[in-house]
Amino acid sequence: MNSFPWLTVAGGIPLLGAVVLVLVPSRGALSPGDSAPGDSAPGDIAARNRLAKLLALAFSLVTLVWVIVMATRFNASGPRYQLTETYSWIPQFGVHYAVGVDGIALVLIGMTAVLQPAVILASWNDVDVLGKPVKNYFALMMVLQTMTIGVFAATDVFLFYVFFEAMLIPMYFMIGSFGVGARQYAAVKFLLYSLLGGLLMLVAVIALYVYSGESAATGHHGTFLIQTLVNVTLSSTTQKWLFLGFFIAFAIKAPLWPFHTWLPDATASAQPGAAVLMLGVMDKVGTFGMIRYCLELFPAAAHYFTVLIITLAVISVLYGAIVAIGQTSLKRLIGYTSISHFGFIVLGIFALTSQGGSGATLYMVNHGFVTGALFLLIGFLIARRGSDKIADYGGVQKIMPVFAGLFLVSGLAGLSMPGLSTFVSEFLVLVGTFDRYKVPAVFATVGIILAAIYILWMYQRTMNGPTPEPVAAQLTGRDLRARELLAVVPLVALIIAMGVYPKPVLDVINPAVHSTLTQIHVTDPVPAHPATAQNGAQP
Amino acid sequence: MTLASSAAVPGAIPAPIIEYSQLAPMLVVFSAAIVGVLVEAFVPRALRRAVHLVVAFASLAAAFVWTCVIAGTSSLFANGAAGHVAAMGAVGVDRPTLFIQGTILVLAFVSVMLIADSSQDVSVFAGQAAAAPGSPEEREGLLAGLVHTEVYPLVLFAVGGMLLFPASNDLLTMFVALEVLSLPLYLLCGLARRRRLLSHEAAVKYFLLGAFSSAFFLFGIAMLYGFSGSVRLSSIAQAASTNAANDTLLFAGIALTGVGLLFKIGAVPFQSWKPDVYQGAPTPVTALMASCTVVSAFGALLRVFYVAFGTLTWDWRPAMWVVAILTMVVGAIIAITQRDVKRLLAYSSIAHAGFILTAVIAASAAGLSGSLFYLATYGITTIGAFAVITLVRDPGGEANHLSRWAGLGKRSPLVAGIFALFLLGFAGIPLTSGFTGKFAVFQAAIGGGALPLVVVGVVSSAIAAFFYVRVIVVMFFSDPVPDGPEVVVPSLFTGTAVALGAVATLFFGIIPAPLLDLASHAANQLFVR
Repeated sequence: MNSFPWLTVAGGIPLLGAVVLVLVPSRGALSPGDSAPGDSAPGDIAARNRLAKLLALAFSLVTLVWVIVMATRFNASGPRYQLTETYSWIPQFGVHYAVGVDGIALVLIGMTAVLQPAVILASWNDVDVLGKPVKNYFALMMVLQTMTIGVFAATDVFLFYVFFEAMLIPMYFMIGSFGVGARQYAAVKFLLYSLLGGLLMLVAVIALYVYSGESAATGHHGTFLIQTLVNVTLSSTTQKWLFLGFFIAFAIKAPLWPFHTWLPDATASAQPGAAVLMLGVMDKVGTFGMIRYCLELFPAAAHYFTVLIITLAVISVLYGAIVAIGQTSLKRLIGYTSISHFGFIVLGIFALTSQGGSGATLYMVNHGFVTGALFLLIGFLIARRGSDKIADYGGVQKIMPVFAGLFLVSGLAGLSMPGLSTFVSEFLVLVGTFDRYKVPAVFATVGIILAAIYILWMYQRTMNGPTPEPVAAQLTGRDLRARELLAVVPLVALIIAMGVYPKPVLDVINPAVHSTLTQIHVTDPVPAHPATAQNGAQP
Repeated sequence: MTLASSAAVPGAIPAPIIEYSQLAPMLVVFSAAIVGVLVEAFVPRALRRAVHLVVAFASLAAAFVWTCVIAGTSSLFANGAAGHVAAMGAVGVDRPTLFIQGTILVLAFVSVMLIADSSQDVSVFAGQAAAAPGSPEEREGLLAGLVHTEVYPLVLFAVGGMLLFPASNDLLTMFVALEVLSLPLYLLCGLARRRRLLSHEAAVKYFLLGAFSSAFFLFGIAMLYGFSGSVRLSSIAQAASTNAANDTLLFAGIALTGVGLLFKIGAVPFQSWKPDVYQGAPTPVTALMASCTVVSAFGALLRVFYVAFGTLTWDWRPAMWVVAILTMVVGAIIAITQRDVKRLLAYSSIAHAGFILTAVIAASAAGLSGSLFYLATYGITTIGAFAVITLVRDPGGEANHLSRWAGLGKRSPLVAGIFALFLLGFAGIPLTSGFTGKFAVFQAAIGGGALPLVVVGVVSSAIAAFFYVRVIVVMFFSDPVPDGPEVVVPSLFTGTAVALGAVATLFFGIIPAPLLDLASHAANQLFVR
C-alpha cells in the first residue's frame, strides 16, 4: 500500500527549507568577530539576505531534482494513482493522510517544481528595498510550495481541503506584507473571496462525509478517500448541491467570470514573483479541482451544469481578453489575460471529451510557464523603470534587445502562436469543444484573435517606436543580467520544446483524463474529422 | 449538596449518602477556597500571595488528577452504565461531566497563571476596590502599596461553582452552583486596577443582568416543578414523556431555564452584557470568564437539554435554531465594527457560542463530543489570546484600541505572530485547532439534518474571518504608530500561558486524534440520568 514516500519528501523539502530560512539569524554578523553583536551594518544585512536567498534557491533546486527523479518512477500506463501513501490521520472522522498522483497531478507538481527556482531567482532583489525581513518572503514561498504539492498530491478530500485553505495564508502574507500599492486591500480581498468559497466547500466536504457514511459502498463508514468516494452513489439533488459547493470554491480560485474580481487587484499588488506563484500555480488548483473532484465525485451534476459552466467559460474567455486590451497597467493586463486563459481551461474540462480534457490539463502547465515567463519579464522591466504603466515605456527593444526577444517569444506563446506550447493545448481544447458544442467553440475561437490584439498591441507600445527620454536614461545598457536570464531562459526553452514536441507530457496526461471520463461514463462523440480521432490527442 | 428529595419515616431523618470520593474534585477546590479565606485572615501580608498561589495551584492540580482517577474508575461505568448519580441524586458523575470538569480545571490553572502575574504593575487588581476612583482613600491605598489578594479565594469559589454547574443533576443544585460561580465573578469584574470606572460599570452591569437571568432560571425551575413535581432532571424527562396535560407549564419552564443558561453562554438575544463585561473586567478575569465560564455553562446547557428535555427535541429545536442563527450572525456582524481588541474578542466569543450551539441542536453523541472538543480547544486558544493582550501596554495600562496595535508585527514579530496564530485559529483555518473544532460541530450538525444551519454557520465564519484578518492587517501590514505601545517581556507565568495556547492551537490542529478520541469516548453514552 505504502510506497517509498516520494511525495511526502517532495512536499517536505520546501517546508524544511522554510524552517531553515527562518532560523537564519536576523541580528548580528554572520560570522562571529566580524562586528559587534547587535550591530546591523548594511553589509551584514545584505550578507544575511544573500544567504537566505541562496538557501531558498538550493532547497528549490533539490525539490526540482527530487520531483524529476520521482517522475521517472511514474508509469503512465500503470494504475491510476501511483506513489501512494496512506496513513490514518483522524480516525474519528475517517480522515487519512493519503497522497498519490495520477498523470494530471504529476505534471502539475512538475510545473510547480520548475517554476519555484525560476521565481526565486527572479525575485532576488524584489523585496530588499522594502526594509522588511527578506528571508520571510522566501520562507513564505517555500511554505506555499509545500502546500501546493500537497494539494495536488492529496487523495483524501479532507487533506485536499486542508491544503486548499492553508495555502491562502502564505500568499496572504506575501501580498499583504511584501506587496506594492493597495496591498492591504488586495490581500484582504483575496483572502476573503477565497475563504468564502472555501467555507462553502467545507459544507460540501462535511456533507460528502456524512452521506458517504450512509452508503453501502463504504461499508457505512464515512470516508474521505477519493478512490472509495467515487463508488458512492448520491441522489441527483444531493449531487447538484454538493457540486455547487465544490465548484464555486474552484471557480473563485480559478478564477471564472463572475467570481474573478479579486484577481486583478491581487495581481497588481503582488510582487512579480508572488503573482507568478498565484497565477501559475495556486489558481491551477481551481481547475485541477474541477477535474478531480467536480467531475469524478458528482458526474450527474457535472452533466447537468455543463451548459451553464461552458457559457461562463466562454464569457470568461471573451471578457478577460477584451478587458485586457483596455488595461493601462502591465500587471493588470496579464491578470486579465489569465482570466481569459482560465476560461479556455474550464471550457476544455467541461467539454467532456478526451481532447478537451487533455488540452485543458496541458493548458494548465503551459499557462504556468508562459504567464510565469511573461510576468517575470515584466517584473524585470518594472524593477528598472519603477512603473508598471504601459504609457511609461516605448522603444525598449532598441536598448534591451535580449529582453525584447524573450518578451516577444513569451508574448507569442500567450497568443497561441503555432510552434509554441500554448498552441497545442488551445487547439486541443477547441477541437474537443467543437466536437460537442459548436457555437461555444466558435465564440471561444474569437478569443484567440483578441489575444493577438492585447499581446501585440502591448508589445508595440512598450518595445517598438521611439524611445522616450526617461526610458532611455533608465534602461540603456541595462539589458538582462545573468541571474535574470537564468530564471527566464529555461521557461522560454520549455515553451518552445513543449510546442514542438508535447508528446511526452501528453502521454502522461492522457491515461488520467481517459480514466476520469470513463469514471463519469462519457465517450467521445463521433469525431467531426476522422484524422483528429485517429491521432488521438496529438495535433 | 445534601438535598435529599425523598421523604422518610416520620420522625427519623435518614443520613444522606455522600460519595465523597466521587465528589472530591469539587470538595478540594471549595476547601482550598475556604483555606484561602483563612490565609487572607491569618497569614502576614508579605507571604500571602505566595501561599495563595501554592494553595490555588495545588488544589486545581489535585482536583484535576482526581478527576482523571474517577474517569479511570471502571466500577463506576461497569455493565455499560453511563455513570453514577451521587449525593442523593444531586450530582451526576459521568464521562461528559468529567471531561468538562477536567477541561475547566486545566483552563482555570492557566487562567490563575495570568491572574498571578504581577510583573508589570504591583498587580492588575485594584489595591482597595472599595475606595471610590479618584478619591483620597484610593490614593492612600496606592501609596501604602495595598494589594488585593482576595482574588485567589474568589477565583477558587468561582471555579468550584463551575465544576458543580455542569454536574448538577437537579435544577436546585444547578441554581446554587450558578450563584456560587457568578457572585465571585461579579466581584472579580470590578477589581481592575486601571480604568476603574469601566471596571465598575462592567461589574454592575454583569451583576444586574446576571441577577435578572438567575431570576428567569429560578422561575423556570418553579414551572418545571409545577409540571413534574420534581426538580430532578430525569424525573422531568419522565414526566415530559408520560404527562401531556400541563404542556404550558413545561414549555414555559423550558423557555425560562433556557434563557438563564443561554445568558451565561452569551447567546443572542441574551448577549448584551458580554462586550461590556469582557472589556471592563481585568484581562486575566476576562480570560477566566471567556474560557472556564463558557465551558461550564455549555456543560450545564448540554446536560439540561440532553437529559431533562432530551425527549422533547422537536419542541425546543426550532427555537434553538433561531437562537443559534442569531448568535452566529449577530456576533459576527457586530464584531466588524469593533475597535477595541477585548470587545472584538467578546463578539467573537458570541459567534463561537453560536457555532457550538449548532452541535447542541444535533442532540446526539456526535453533537456532544463535537461540543466537548470545541470547548476544550477554544478555551485554551482564548486564554492565550487574552494573555497576549496583557502584554501590549501603554504607560496607562493595556493598549486595547486596535489602532494602537498598528505595526506590532514589525516591533515584536513573535508576539504578533502568536496572536495571528490565535486569530487564524478562531477563524478556523486548517491546521489549527479551530478548524478541527468547527469540522467536529458542523459534521454533527449535518449528521443531525441541520444543513441550512451549517450554511449559515460557514457564512458567519466568513464574515468573522474578515475582522480576524483585519487585526492581522493592522498588526503586520500597517506601519507602526509613533510612540506606540510597548510589548513587555512576558513573565514566566504569562509566557507559559501564551506558549500553552499556541502549542495547543497548533497541536490539536495537526494531531487532533487523541483529544477527539477522548471526547467521543466521553460522549458516546451521553449523560447519566
